[in-house]
Amino acid sequence: MHEPTLFEGARVVDPASGRDGVANVLVEDGVLTAVGEGVSAAGAAVFACDGLVLAPGLVDLHAHLREPGREDKETVESGSRAAALGGYTAIAAMANTDPVADNAAVIHEVRDLAAQAGLCDVFPVGAITKGLEGEFMAEMGEMAEAGVRLFSDDGHCVPRSRVLRMAMQYSRAFDVVIAEHCEDVGLSEGSQMHEGFHSYTLGLAGEPPEAEEIVVYRDLALAGLTGARLHLCHLSTAGSVELVRQAKAQGLRVTAEVTPHHLTLTDADLVSYDTNLKVKPPLRSADDRDALRTGLADGAIDVVATDHAPHAVEEKEAEFDQAPSGTIGLETALAVVLTELVEPGLLTLTRAIEAMSVAPARILGATDHGGSIEPGRPANLVVFDPHAEWLVEPPFASKSRNSAFLGRRLRGRVVHTMLRGSLVVSDGKAQR
Amino acid sequence: MNRHLLTIDDVTREDIVRILDTAESFREVGTRVIKKVPALRGRTIVNLFYENSTRTRISFELAAKRLSADVINFTTSGTSVAKGESLKDTALTLQAMGADAIVIRHSSSGSPYALTKWVTGSVLNAGDGTHEHPTQALLDLYTIREKLGRFEGLRVAIIGDVLHSRVARSLTHALVKMGAEVTLVGPPTLIPPDAPAWGAEVSYDIDGALPKLDVCYILRVQRERQRQQYFPSVREYARLFGLSRERVGMMPEGTLIMHPGPMNRGVEIGSDVADLPQAVIEQQVTNGIAVRMSLLYLLLGGSGTEETSPDA
Repeated sequence: MHEPTLFEGARVVDPASGRDGVANVLVEDGVLTAVGEGVSAAGAAVFACDGLVLAPGLVDLHAHLREPGREDKETVESGSRAAALGGYTAIAAMANTDPVADNAAVIHEVRDLAAQAGLCDVFPVGAITKGLEGEFMAEMGEMAEAGVRLFSDDGHCVPRSRVLRMAMQYSRAFDVVIAEHCEDVGLSEGSQMHEGFHSYTLGLAGEPPEAEEIVVYRDLALAGLTGARLHLCHLSTAGSVELVRQAKAQGLRVTAEVTPHHLTLTDADLVSYDTNLKVKPPLRSADDRDALRTGLADGAIDVVATDHAPHAVEEKEAEFDQAPSGTIGLETALAVVLTELVEPGLLTLTRAIEAMSVAPARILGATDHGGSIEPGRPANLVVFDPHAEWLVEPPFASKSRNSAFLGRRLRGRVVHTMLRGSLVVSDGKAQR
Repeated sequence: MNRHLLTIDDVTREDIVRILDTAESFREVGTRVIKKVPALRGRTIVNLFYENSTRTRISFELAAKRLSADVINFTTSGTSVAKGESLKDTALTLQAMGADAIVIRHSSSGSPYALTKWVTGSVLNAGDGTHEHPTQALLDLYTIREKLGRFEGLRVAIIGDVLHSRVARSLTHALVKMGAEVTLVGPPTLIPPDAPAWGAEVSYDIDGALPKLDVCYILRVQRERQRQQYFPSVREYARLFGLSRERVGMMPEGTLIMHPGPMNRGVEIGSDVADLPQAVIEQQVTNGIAVRMSLLYLLLGGSGTEETSPDA
């Protein structure tokens, strides 16, 4: 067993218990044993945490780890290392691998790879339909038995309403969550970016916000019809936020996420044709971005999720319309949220931690994560310096470097990440 | 002048006048028996054409040759990805061979921007996807100035598939910059709703627009747009938005008729309309060479001083 670890003098921010104040935190045998002023322990490894924040380890509901299939872009191990360095102790790995995670065998493989890496808990997401083809339901029951809590065809929407309705109804037997990538592909076909002044001026085919909102509305209607738990991935438009707000007011079991890049960047940033800013859904207007920020602050949106989407350099260094969509995000998410939202006062630190740890842990059923920071709880923690400034540049722990934030100076750096009492990141360096 | 010509947005009003004035002095070269000046002797210009465009490529080739530059034509159909070599690798190859300027035509919007990251020479956008075609706009400006003598207050309609037209984008930006009044005319499916933010008016009524025009600029309409549901049939398009002989009669007598080519006679422009005296479509082509000479000369360090001016 590990020697006891004492974090001394950190600002403990624990939304689950409501604690926000300076305290010492003692970890023994992978478990929190004491939290409070003056806590000490003989023989403990002591980490001075003056000026640092200690919070429950972050939880990402939306990462693409690419393994099996595209190990040149990312592996479970490299993605886990990127996650740990970003302060995450648990991540959900999307199902669009090759082969697709539409059966228990792939689920077990991903989980085994994650266990070998030992850097971060990985919760494989199961596909809703076989092969992500949108036609036939995958064996959700078997995957649920294997521990899958979140099902998604992410990368695609489930286009046929009847198929989704059946999956939603079926999902109720296991009380799992259906997570949807909302995009009316008939409307968005061929699009490269958000439709508006900038798409017209740049000569890039645009996707109107309605391509997302039409499906958000349909999915909410089907959630109402079936009583299923619905999670809406990476919302990007003001209209979507409003639809979710209304659905929650009506009592639907719906949650929603937003990415750090949709919270901070807009379609105006595409004037340089930077392919790292090509994402799905596309970066929207400033009004949309502002509505997402408001929605996150007031709880219409529950979660900040990365949509970490690694792509090979040569794929991104291509003509804009030929480059794949996506940005990596695990290593920058916390700093982006701190720099762009918390520091300017758009979001409290507590709300940020809630959206990046507590809420996603609850949706994912990751009961060991998300706090609270109290004796008896598993020691899954992050310690970060909210003011440390750094430049986003390669190398990354991720095998890819397609970051939408390349070249930006951000504030907020992870110092330690602790997974069940083990320091997987210490002094900003991965320990394995 | 910037080192590159990627978009008309980057070119100031003063630069436009300078480009046109320089073209003026180069145009005479084309009338000589020996159509050549030594201005760019020893410089290497690559025409990198990922899209078939014989007329633009030949125009650039002639322009470069009349300036005594060495010209290499790198022509490939289809995308670089389909071809196997990436745009980046092609760019690095051309860079290694010492290209002083690369003239790029590509079906993907923004490709010339990517190219500037990988080469040290000048990059000239010869048409990128549905984004811009700045040299076409400049030769059109040259032609308008030649015929009408001014831009300020000129009433210009650009008619047709504005949504997919790189010519329309560059020309609109350029004309607005020079003080002309631009109206974009076409079916609503082919006019960007945000076009007023470019400083242009929008109209879906060609007959209402024609009577007050100084310049009637017709855009090529690709037949595949019908398949993509932008309009129900080519026949209906021609009837509602084509510049027929009857519609020519609705315009003031001196109104210029322009078209960037190649034309679909009988679709966007009536069969015989292009042959009317007020149609200046061939002059556009002729002027294209002089304007491209001017651009190559100015971008490749022709200082514009008396000692190295083309007249010297």
